[in-house]
Amino acid sequence: MRITCPICGERSVAEFTYGGDATVERPALDASVEDWSAAVYDRENPRGAHVEYWQHGMGCRAWLKVERDTVTHKIGAVTLVGRHANEEAS
Amino acid sequence: MAEYSVFSLIGNALRGNRGWKPAWRAAAPKPDYDVIIVGGGGHGLATAYYLAKEHGITNVAVLERGYVGGGNVGRNTTIVRSNYMLPGNSYFYEWSVKLWEELSRDLNYNVMFSQRGVLNLAHSPPQMDAFARRGNAMRLAGIDADLLDTKQVADFVPDLDCSPQARFPVAGGLLQRRGGTARHDAVAWGFARGADRRGVDIIENCEVTGFLRDGDGAITGVETTRGEIRAGKVGVAVAGSTGEVMRRAGIDRLPIESHVLQAFVSEPLKPVLDTVVTFGAGHLYVSQSDKGGLVFGGDIDGYNSYAQRGNLPVVEDVASLLLTMFPNYGRLKLLRSWGGIMDMSMDGSPIITTGPLPGLYLNAGWCYGGFKATPASGWCFAWTIAKDAPHDLNAAYTLDRFHTARVIDERGAGPVPWHH
Repeated sequence: MRITCPICGERSVAEFTYGGDATVERPALDASVEDWSAAVYDRENPRGAHVEYWQHGMGCRAWLKVERDTVTHKIGAVTLVGRHANEEAS
Repeated sequence: MAEYSVFSLIGNALRGNRGWKPAWRAAAPKPDYDVIIVGGGGHGLATAYYLAKEHGITNVAVLERGYVGGGNVGRNTTIVRSNYMLPGNSYFYEWSVKLWEELSRDLNYNVMFSQRGVLNLAHSPPQMDAFARRGNAMRLAGIDADLLDTKQVADFVPDLDCSPQARFPVAGGLLQRRGGTARHDAVAWGFARGADRRGVDIIENCEVTGFLRDGDGAITGVETTRGEIRAGKVGVAVAGSTGEVMRRAGIDRLPIESHVLQAFVSEPLKPVLDTVVTFGAGHLYVSQSDKGGLVFGGDIDGYNSYAQRGNLPVVEDVASLLLTMFPNYGRLKLLRSWGGIMDMSMDGSPIITTGPLPGLYLNAGWCYGGFKATPASGWCFAWTIAKDAPHDLNAAYTLDRFHTARVIDERGAGPVPWHH
């Protein structure tokens, strides 16, 4: 698997660390216990298209949002998230 | 179907081995059953076997999408152990080891269970302290455990690099002598044959595509590629496909992710390693099969996957760890590798429970430790299905424990899907 980092270009998956399902939304701090435990534990775990976080830890260290197919491992769109995304936008 | 014995062996040999019959019937689905088990892997077959043997429920079908032995039960590193620390796990896995010890006789099928010991290596004094704690917890639960120092480890595994010059010098280890390995294919075939002999229908090439519901939403059967089949109770034991199968029952989210785990076999060697050794400063487990190949594996690849193949970084990681432990294996050739899909639960412990819908029963979340659990998993799941309530041994393996702060987190490492 090779991921195209928007900053560094195409690199081996060995340079990246997996950050899990990017569709899970963090509840508000005062959200209910049920909402929090659902966010912490429950996953859709789809067979096919999956949106997920990766960090390019052995490159630019940016966090990325990656579209990837869990059956074929084909990588789709890769975008920056967090502070870096804002920098790119500005 | 005839009992296997030395006499049947000799008799068939004298007739040119033309008299052997298939070990189980190729059953066609009947319109309805008392119990349907979805998934003809080790756990599903064991469940059907114990439903018939322990509870007298023989009007049972096991539905398998592929063929028996084609999934994780035929693709694992065959390790059996019960060296767990938390009560929720230790009694369950110890019951499994006890079932393993009688399994060949019970099934009339040689599963080649070999109690050659499982040795976990420690590489630092704190790790030795943690092992002493785990070993004490095991002994309190009636499970054998021996804490070895460096010299005892070196004597037990002569090929292991126990020198002070090792990259991570061996400080000692925790040994469970009653642990070991079994022949994985024989486990699948033995349970299939044992269930079949008691009247269970094993239906291969039959994928469950949906579930039948009554007006109240209770599960009353399954839709399959070979037609509708009704049943009073439906048990699901499909490992890495749990999410997909449960989605067909309308359960969209579970505390499980599917990940790929790779395993490796070397070319065959003369006997060099007569136990199971695991590395403690990384993650690697290795043993030698009766055919002579070194069987080993390490971590899961680490990302969600339903592809039964992994990527090269794990291959490199596993090979380097093996050579760190056993530098003399450096010229070995890899014979083959494979990837299986693991149902990684969020606390590293399994789920054997009634529900989550009426008429439905769930057996899942085995992470990458399901093989050793095969007999006890089937035994407990059969109990849970037959009595509509869990046995004491699997009472902690609920689905709602994640939402009631009762997780069984052996590593104490928090809610992530890469425990083992």
